[in-house]
Amino acid sequence: MDSSSVPAVAPPASAGGATASLPGRRRRKRFSVLTRRDKLTLGLMVGIPAFIHIFLIWLPTIGSIVLSFTSWNGIGGLDKIKFIGFKNYENLFSNYPPFWPAFENNLIWLAVFLFIATPLGMLMAVILDQNIRGTRIYQSVLYMPVVLSLAIVGFIAQLMYSPGMGFINNFLQAVTGDPKWVASGTAIDWLGTPGLNFAAVLVAASWRHVGYIMVLYLAGLKSVDTTLREAAAIDGASARQTFFRVVFPVLAPINVVVLVVTIIESLRAFDIVYIINKGLNGLGLLSVLITNNILGEASLIGFGSAIAVILLLISIGPIIYYLARTMGKEAE
Amino acid sequence: MADLGLRSVSRRTLLKGGAAVAALGGVSAFLAACGGSNATPSAAASASAAAPSVAPSVAAPSTAAAPSASGTVTFGSNYSDAVPKKAIADVMTAFTAKTAINVTINTVEHNKFQDTINAYLQATPDDAFTWFAGYRMRFFAAQGLATDISDVWANIGANFSDAFKTASTGDDGKQYFVPLYNYPWVVIYRKSFWTEKGYQIPKTIDDFTKLGDQMKKDGLIPLAFADKDGWPAMGTFDILNMRLNGYDFHVGLMAGKQKWTDPKVKAVFQKWAQLLPYFDPAPLGKTWQESAQDLISKKAGMYFLGTFAGQQATDQATHDDLDFFAFPTLGTQYDSEMGIDAPIDGFMVSSKAKNLDGAKALMEYLGSADAANIYLASDSNDVAANKQADTSKYNAFQKSSAAIIAASGKIAQFLDRDTRPDFAGANGMQSFLQTFLKAPTQDLDKFLTGIQGFYDSLPPQ
Repeated sequence: MDSSSVPAVAPPASAGGATASLPGRRRRKRFSVLTRRDKLTLGLMVGIPAFIHIFLIWLPTIGSIVLSFTSWNGIGGLDKIKFIGFKNYENLFSNYPPFWPAFENNLIWLAVFLFIATPLGMLMAVILDQNIRGTRIYQSVLYMPVVLSLAIVGFIAQLMYSPGMGFINNFLQAVTGDPKWVASGTAIDWLGTPGLNFAAVLVAASWRHVGYIMVLYLAGLKSVDTTLREAAAIDGASARQTFFRVVFPVLAPINVVVLVVTIIESLRAFDIVYIINKGLNGLGLLSVLITNNILGEASLIGFGSAIAVILLLISIGPIIYYLARTMGKEAE
Repeated sequence: MADLGLRSVSRRTLLKGGAAVAALGGVSAFLAACGGSNATPSAAASASAAAPSVAPSVAAPSTAAAPSASGTVTFGSNYSDAVPKKAIADVMTAFTAKTAINVTINTVEHNKFQDTINAYLQATPDDAFTWFAGYRMRFFAAQGLATDISDVWANIGANFSDAFKTASTGDDGKQYFVPLYNYPWVVIYRKSFWTEKGYQIPKTIDDFTKLGDQMKKDGLIPLAFADKDGWPAMGTFDILNMRLNGYDFHVGLMAGKQKWTDPKVKAVFQKWAQLLPYFDPAPLGKTWQESAQDLISKKAGMYFLGTFAGQQATDQATHDDLDFFAFPTLGTQYDSEMGIDAPIDGFMVSSKAKNLDGAKALMEYLGSADAANIYLASDSNDVAANKQADTSKYNAFQKSSAAIIAASGKIAQFLDRDTRPDFAGANGMQSFLQTFLKAPTQDLDKFLTGIQGFYDSLPPQ
């Protein structure tokens, strides 16, 4: 920003002091504490983000909600948009078999991340925080997948899981010497069996998520004042007690971040599944259904928007929780 | 989907995902705009480089239809793989040499091109663009996004059979499309392997099942099959439906004039269920590339797919060892009809074409035998749509393709090219067919009612 704004603020402050004896004038002076230039600067500083925020977040959001009550194939002007009331939602719940399985998958994804992957990442962080030998190497190994996008994780997963050519089945064959592990029909069809394929995808996604959480948590652990631990040790607390009674509560802000990151990662899961088979055959997720409906030729913009609104409703809970917490903190 | 882009290696799948993610984040119109402006100057450059040497021939006007055409034509291309990309650039260079009209080719990755086509055609499309025959062509024509090129057809009509003209005609009876090539869906096998085992080409479905039993005894999967991506199984549905119920019923079903709850459709799935024991038992975890490898490595005896399966035979000797035949007859009145899927790729002119005369001159050239010859000289996996094209240079693979297409009385495009895309996609038929493959003995009436219910829930078009 403009460097002249800094000295410009200083003189009015002293001027305000000088005119303190005149209450009437003082009020007017207070208004002019900001020069015109300051107001412009402030206006731009607030206005530009507000503009971007409104145009890139609120407008599309409200647009999606409005579109969810319409029928439109994305071709032609706005006059081609037909309002059809709640019909999209009716179809969604009654005539659209992929919806509920996808909804369920989103919840399973969340549960697995929340109760398995995230605690595992935290555990890794706590272990690596002990300054064991080679901790750097372990950290790097665990962190490596985080550098990859989920799309690439999906690509790697396919190479691992392919029934005839994948690493896992060929490894099993090499170890046991039994060709049944790679023969079609007897081989484990990791990505073709509904249920099993979702579990396989979750393993691949967790592989990345664990590293992510580990790094976040490790950073938090490093920031814990060592005197706290020493005090706990002197008081005779075991390692477990020290962690759960002292370290964990101190890390409350990090815990919230980890929780929110986990929820967001679960709800926005998309790439890995889309790469593998566009969410077919038991791999459906709400985000993929939105894409399948909106992207491409002759798209069902209204119907896809209805699914997006459902996803928005689900996401808004954790968002409000997070905002309430952070803003509550700042208010204190 | 039946398009070349989906068929290449998984590295491309990766790109597809990237494009999809980007499209999800942004508005697809932006993407299309980016794609459109993403000019690839190579063709224009090579075209202008070629221009001087051919300048004399320009003096003699060679395009009768559009003598006033000049300037530059922009051309949106989804021929993003190396081989077709070079082939189409060669065609454009020849066009420039002939007419002195420059062509700027904007190449967009195949799947991205399809995913953003709606927005692309509405925003700032190129004058001419690559597309597919069938419903997908008629749809954009009906939406007013393509230009009527019936006048071009008046000049090139003699180069094409009626089947191709029909495939290029919109709902209003006018032509909107110029076909370049097509390829048939056939049963592919390895010649040397069959000679070694003494297998004979099955003409009827009984021969086919007998052969299948023999192959099973020999420890083979009779028919390789993959449907992880959802679209390959459509080819099997198409051929069974055409052989059992005829081309007209099939096309009616695709157009929504026939119902999925019709007992005739149920018969197709019943037939399929009977034949499934000869198919690869675990198709849903495999890509077509993996199944093609099963055929090449002699784990499977046959593979029913488009001839593009040959791309997986990367060394020439193996490729030369591949041959194919039309799907066996089912003993119905439609046996003589021999309907098959043979999807056609070609070109259209956008409704917002800036250089309309130039675009029409280009269409006329693309409908010539010259263009087909130049294209197929580089891309030999397909056969020319143009009946005047030089077939003497065809390899054995192309000759077989041409013979099978010529022997077919009726030619369909492919399920996802013949019906509305929102019905054919991952939401609709792709997942319905997978549902069937997971449980072929399920209650078919309930299954088909579900399909019809989904079709009926789609907005009217």
